[in-house]
Amino acid sequence: MVQLQEVTLDELKHLVSDRAIQGETMLLNMGPQHPSTHGVLRLMLELEGETVINCVPDIGFLHTGIEKNMEAKRYEQAEVMTDRLDYLNTVGNNLAYCLAVEKLVGLDVPPRAQVIRVILAELQRIASHLVWLGTQSLDLAAMSMFLYCFREREVILDILELVSGQRMMTTYIRPGGLWRDVPKEFYAAVEDFLAYFPARIEQYHGLLTKNPLFIDRTKGIGVISAEDAIAWGLTGPTLRGSGVDFDNRVARPYSGYEEYDFEVPTDTAGDVFARYICRMEEFTQSLRIIEQGLEKLKELEGAPVRSNNRKFVPPPRSELGTSMEALIHHFKLWTDGFDAPAEYVYMPVSSPRGELGVYLEGDGGNKPYRVHWRTPSFIHLQALPVLSEGLLVADLVAIIGSIDIVLGDSDR
Amino acid sequence: MEPALIIEWVIKSAILLLFGVTGFAYLTLYERRALARIQVRIGPNRAGPFGILQPVADGIKLIFNEELIPARADKLMFVLAPIITVLPALIIWAVIPWGGQVVIAGREINLYLADVNVGVLYLTAVAAIAVYGIVIAGWSSNNKYALLGGLRSSAQMVSYELALGLSFIGPIMLAGSMSLVDIVEAQKNVWFAGPQIIAFIIFLIAGLAEINRSPFDMPEAEQELTAGYHAEYSGMKFALFFMAEYIKMIAIAAIAATLFLGGYRLPFIELPAFLGPVVLLVKIIILLFGMIWVRATFPRFRYDRLMAFGWKILLPVALANVFLTAVILVLIG
Repeated sequence: MVQLQEVTLDELKHLVSDRAIQGETMLLNMGPQHPSTHGVLRLMLELEGETVINCVPDIGFLHTGIEKNMEAKRYEQAEVMTDRLDYLNTVGNNLAYCLAVEKLVGLDVPPRAQVIRVILAELQRIASHLVWLGTQSLDLAAMSMFLYCFREREVILDILELVSGQRMMTTYIRPGGLWRDVPKEFYAAVEDFLAYFPARIEQYHGLLTKNPLFIDRTKGIGVISAEDAIAWGLTGPTLRGSGVDFDNRVARPYSGYEEYDFEVPTDTAGDVFARYICRMEEFTQSLRIIEQGLEKLKELEGAPVRSNNRKFVPPPRSELGTSMEALIHHFKLWTDGFDAPAEYVYMPVSSPRGELGVYLEGDGGNKPYRVHWRTPSFIHLQALPVLSEGLLVADLVAIIGSIDIVLGDSDR
Repeated sequence: MEPALIIEWVIKSAILLLFGVTGFAYLTLYERRALARIQVRIGPNRAGPFGILQPVADGIKLIFNEELIPARADKLMFVLAPIITVLPALIIWAVIPWGGQVVIAGREINLYLADVNVGVLYLTAVAAIAVYGIVIAGWSSNNKYALLGGLRSSAQMVSYELALGLSFIGPIMLAGSMSLVDIVEAQKNVWFAGPQIIAFIIFLIAGLAEINRSPFDMPEAEQELTAGYHAEYSGMKFALFFMAEYIKMIAIAAIAATLFLGGYRLPFIELPAFLGPVVLLVKIIILLFGMIWVRATFPRFRYDRLMAFGWKILLPVALANVFLTAVILVLIG
C-alpha cells in the first residue's frame, strides 16, 4: 500500500488565512511543474471556488548560484555566466555586465562597437518579446501564435549565430568592445529581417489585438495603478502599461542610446492588455533603432570594435609575432586578467523585462568582491499576489504571462 | 420480429461503432496534420505513408500504458467515469440518417439504425449524459485540478444546454417533425442553414461547448488546470475520454449537417441512395475542419464569461429566434 506523506497545515500557517486552516478554502499547489508558470515557479494558491484569495510565489527552484560563483572568477571569465541568467536576454546580460566592468575600471568603448551593441541588444529585445508574445498567447490557448513567434525568433537567433557562433549563449560583447567585428553577411541578414518583420507584426495584431476573446481575457485583468507599480518596483513594459514613462535607455542613456530617435510606448490602463500593447509597440520602436543603427554602422565601416587600452583588452593576434609588448599584454591578460579598484558601481540597463541592474564591487584584485543582479523578474514576482487578488485561476495565468518573468532571471 | 431484421440491426450497429472508433482514430490524425499545416509545422508523418499508421501506433502505446488509479480515489466511480463519457458518444449515432433506402440482395435496407419519431429529443438527452462522466471523473480522482475541471464542466453545461436545445426547435418547426429523416427530407431544396441562420450559429457555438472543444475547453484547460478532469487518467481509461471527445466532435458535425445542411442530400439533385453516406461524410469533414481551425486560432473563454454569454446572449437570442420562426410560420400559413 502506498503511503502518502501529508503536509500539515501548521507549516503553512504564516502564509494563508485562517479560513484555509479551518478548511473553508482550498489550497492548491500550482507548479513547479505546470505548463503556465513559465519555468519552475511554484505558486501556492488559496482558492475559494476558482477565485484566488491568496497567492504565495515560491521561487528558488532554478537557483544556480551564479552571483556567488562570479566572485570566484576573474572579471573577464565571469562574463560567460551572465548569459545563463536571463536566457532570453543573453546579449542584454552581457551588455549590462560589460558596461558595469567598463564603468568600474574606466574603460572606453569605440563607437562602432557601441552601435553593434545597440543593434544586437534591440534584436535580442525583439527575440525576447517574441517569446513573451508566444507564451502569453499560449497561456490564453491561442496556440498557433506560439509557433509563429518562434518561427520569427529563429531568424534572430540565426543572426546571433552569424556574429558570435552561438544562438543563445553568445558572450559576444566583451569589456572594452566586442569579441570581433560582425561578418559582411550581417548587414543583409538584418536588412532582410527589417524588411519582413513589420508585416508579421500586422498579422499578430490581426490575430490578437482585435480578437474579442483575447480582449475579453486581458482587458481589466491584473490592474495596477501607477503609484502601486512604482511602489512595488515594477519596471519596463510592466510599469509603462500603468502610464509611467520610464526607460533606462532614455532616463540614463548608455551605449549611445541618446543618439537614436525612438519613442517609449506607454499605456494608461495598467492591465494585461495595456502591457500587451506596450510590448507590441516596442517591436516597432526596436526596429526603428536597428534601422538607424545599421545606417551608423555603414558609416563606421572598418573602424575598430575594441578599445585600444591594452591593460584591459588583449591585443590583436597579428601583433603577437612582431611586438614584444603585445606578447606581454596578451600573456598577462590571459593568465592573470586585470585588476579593478576597490570601488563599487551600479549599472542599470533596460532589459526587455525592465530595469536590469548590475552591482559590481571590486577589492583591488582581479576578481569581483561582490556581484549583485537587480533583475526585473524577481521584483515583478513580488507583485504577483497584488495583481492576482480576487481574480480567477484563468486570469492568474494571463497575469503571469503579462509580467514576463524568466525564472533564470529571478533565481540567481 | 423477424430474425433477418435483428441481423440487419446488429450489422448496422457494428458498422456504426466501427465507424465511430476508426473515425476517432483518423480524426486525431486529421486534426494533428491540419493543425500542423496552420502552425507552419509538418505533423506526424513517420508511421506509414503520410503518417496514416500514427493512430495505430498511438493506440498500441495507450494499451500498453500503465493504468494508474490514485490511492485515495473512489475506485468504482473512477473506472465508471470514462465509460459514462464514451457510451453516449457512441449511441448518439443511432438516429443519424446516412441515406435513404437501398436494395441489397433483394432486401430493402434503410441507411439509418432507427428513425425515432422523437429523434431530436433523443439527441439532446443522450448528449447531456456525457457531462456526468466528466463531473464524476473530476470528483472521483481526488485531485484538486481535476475537481476544478469537473466544477467548470457543470457550470458550463447549465449555460449552453438550454441554448443548444432551443436551436433545435427552428428546424423542427420548419420540418414539422422531430424525426431526423423527416428533417433531412424537408431540406430537399433549401437547407435550413439559410432560413434558420441564427439557430445554426447558436448550434455551432453551443455544440462546441457541448463537446468541450476550444474555445470552450475549460474543463481540461491545459494551461490552467493541467488537463483538468482527466489529469489522473492514463492508458485506455484516458483513451476513452479522448475517444468520447473526438467521436462527439464527429457526431456534432453530423448533427449540424443533418439539421441545417441537408444531411445526406444535395439541393435540387436526386442522388442515388448509396451516395448519401458520401455526401454526409464530406459535409462532416468540412465542419470538422472548421472546428480545428477555431482551435488553432482562438484563445479560450473564461468559464464565468461563458456562463454570462450563455445566459445573457445565447439564450435570449435563441428564444427570440424560436418566437420569430413561429410567428412567420403562422403568417405564411
